[in-house]
Amino acid sequence: MDARNLENLLRPAEGETLVFDTNPVLNERLTHYCPGCLHGIAHRLVSETLHELGVAERTILVAAVGCATFTYDYFNVDGLEAPHGRACAVATGVRRARPEAVIFTYQGDGDMAAIGMAESLHAANRGERITSFFINNTVYGMTGGQMAPTTLLGQKTTTTHDGRRMDREGGPVHLAEMMAGLDGVAFAARCALDSVKHVREAKKAMRKAFEVQLEGLGFGFLELLSSCPTNWHMDPVAASKHIVEAMIPVFPLGVFKDKTADSPSVVQKEGVPHA
Amino acid sequence: MNPVERILIKGNEAVAFGAVDAGCRCYFGYPITPQNEIPEALSQLLPERGGQFVQAESEVAAVNMLLGAAACGIPAMTSSSGCGISLMQEGISYMAGSHIPGVLVNMQRGGPGLGDIGPSQGDYFQAVKGGGHGDHRNLVLAPSTAQECYDFMFRAFALAFKYTNPVMVLGDAIVGQIKEPVRRVPPSDAVPGEELARLAAPWRMEGYGQRGAGAQPRLLKSVYLAEGALAERNQLLAEKYEAMRSECAWECVDVDDATLVVVAFGSIARIARSTIRRLRAEGHRVGLFRPVTLFPFPSEALRSLLPGRRFLVMEQNLGQMVEDVRQALFGMPHVTSDTVKWHGIMPGLFINADELREPMMQSLKEVR
Repeated sequence: MDARNLENLLRPAEGETLVFDTNPVLNERLTHYCPGCLHGIAHRLVSETLHELGVAERTILVAAVGCATFTYDYFNVDGLEAPHGRACAVATGVRRARPEAVIFTYQGDGDMAAIGMAESLHAANRGERITSFFINNTVYGMTGGQMAPTTLLGQKTTTTHDGRRMDREGGPVHLAEMMAGLDGVAFAARCALDSVKHVREAKKAMRKAFEVQLEGLGFGFLELLSSCPTNWHMDPVAASKHIVEAMIPVFPLGVFKDKTADSPSVVQKEGVPHA
Repeated sequence: MNPVERILIKGNEAVAFGAVDAGCRCYFGYPITPQNEIPEALSQLLPERGGQFVQAESEVAAVNMLLGAAACGIPAMTSSSGCGISLMQEGISYMAGSHIPGVLVNMQRGGPGLGDIGPSQGDYFQAVKGGGHGDHRNLVLAPSTAQECYDFMFRAFALAFKYTNPVMVLGDAIVGQIKEPVRRVPPSDAVPGEELARLAAPWRMEGYGQRGAGAQPRLLKSVYLAEGALAERNQLLAEKYEAMRSECAWECVDVDDATLVVVAFGSIARIARSTIRRLRAEGHRVGLFRPVTLFPFPSEALRSLLPGRRFLVMEQNLGQMVEDVRQALFGMPHVTSDTVKWHGIMPGLFINADELREPMMQSLKEVR
């Protein structure tokens, strides 16, 4: 199906009533993601949130490298490519140059928690007013299924053929909890994309992750447990089940830090990077 | 300010003053000797002017912060030396591939590895041949005085925005640390900040709402996977690098009647100039050709000196610029293996004008 046919399908025919529409921040281009991949849901949530907050026209997206490299192709906002792992450093530069912009990064587990760990944690620690989405599917998708920093113990990948071992590769990185421990972070949470209930929670957390930026409270961070049916060698239903049964026990869901509950005057002084 | 008034500052401080006077509004960097006076000065100068100073967690972070700020069309820079510049190469390649105008200052120290903190010109290849992955080039300016450290920052920002390309100011431990009088007056080639902003208006990241009703989102990137797409992008780069030839700059001293022309840049050119002055006083016909832009290399200007002259390349490395000199003269009439001689000074050493006398005298004898 080409994009034009899809566009026609999305328009109500004569006599039909539109009950569910796309939002203008997400364009109608067909994505490059594999069938069953949950990036599409995450994209939709981010775009809806930007639309609802009414900030898309002053938003700058800093894209990462990995499956999410081409994120900018699907969002109707200004987009900038960062080298692998450096999105939070690039976003820091954008923030310092554009005080009024709304800035977000969208990074996979390899990008943010392996090669970009330093840039991510230091941007967070500086309390940069940026929002980062961390898509954790425990595997390198784009390069073909190698071990990620979040790969589960025992999980087989193309570089851990007998499963990840604590005594050899160490354990999975818990980025949301690490982020919550940094003074500059205003909001840190982990949600999942496997079910309607969890997706609704993720949407609420996503709004918070942007609101702390808009309110000048500091760095907003949201980890999203996602799937990779292709490299997990599962069908999409089994992959979503795997999120619940194998990932959530290791990566607990919840809000680990939320400065919006504090009195505004106190947190404003604490979280705003020097301007 | 009185235009003839001069202030006594280090080359590194001159870089900082030049940067802010040229319109720089963001600096990102990580401490490394011998360039620390640049971030130290800018950490005060930029906030005073509503700018931003960020001490990054690494040179990797610093160059990517530069990428982000420069992508917004804001005059921005970083500075470093030695291994720090090596760490920045990935980001420089991305800026070149994405057509983003970053300004980088490299106050070279001895290498390879951690090397030492003395002067060196060992990063010549890294600076002028690209340095990072893929086919990219930096515009490279080589100051030899504190005054030029000040003046060249204006040219660096002007060229970066004109060509939407990384520009490197390639100094060394001597020119960065030397303290001498500097006129803090914008040079004649200074481009006003409003003009830089006008040049950036068609591509900068800002949020599409800044561009009025119906504006389309923009994208700055270097990845082009579709068949033939990258070839098209690299063709654009090739054309850009060709166009940069018009920016060639050089200085000639006492070359008209010279039989021997010393070719040197940066600090070594300055020391060689002193040696040449003394040899001239003794009646020797020796002159100096100093490339000011190292990329593009002033090949045509060098060729124009050819009939009847020999060249002695003096540089503080194991033989780098000499390759560009030989390439510039390659295939020209009467050029033989004796036309270009080379004298290297080991990186890390502080030399004086007397030490360049002997190799120049040797070449003068060969000319006769």
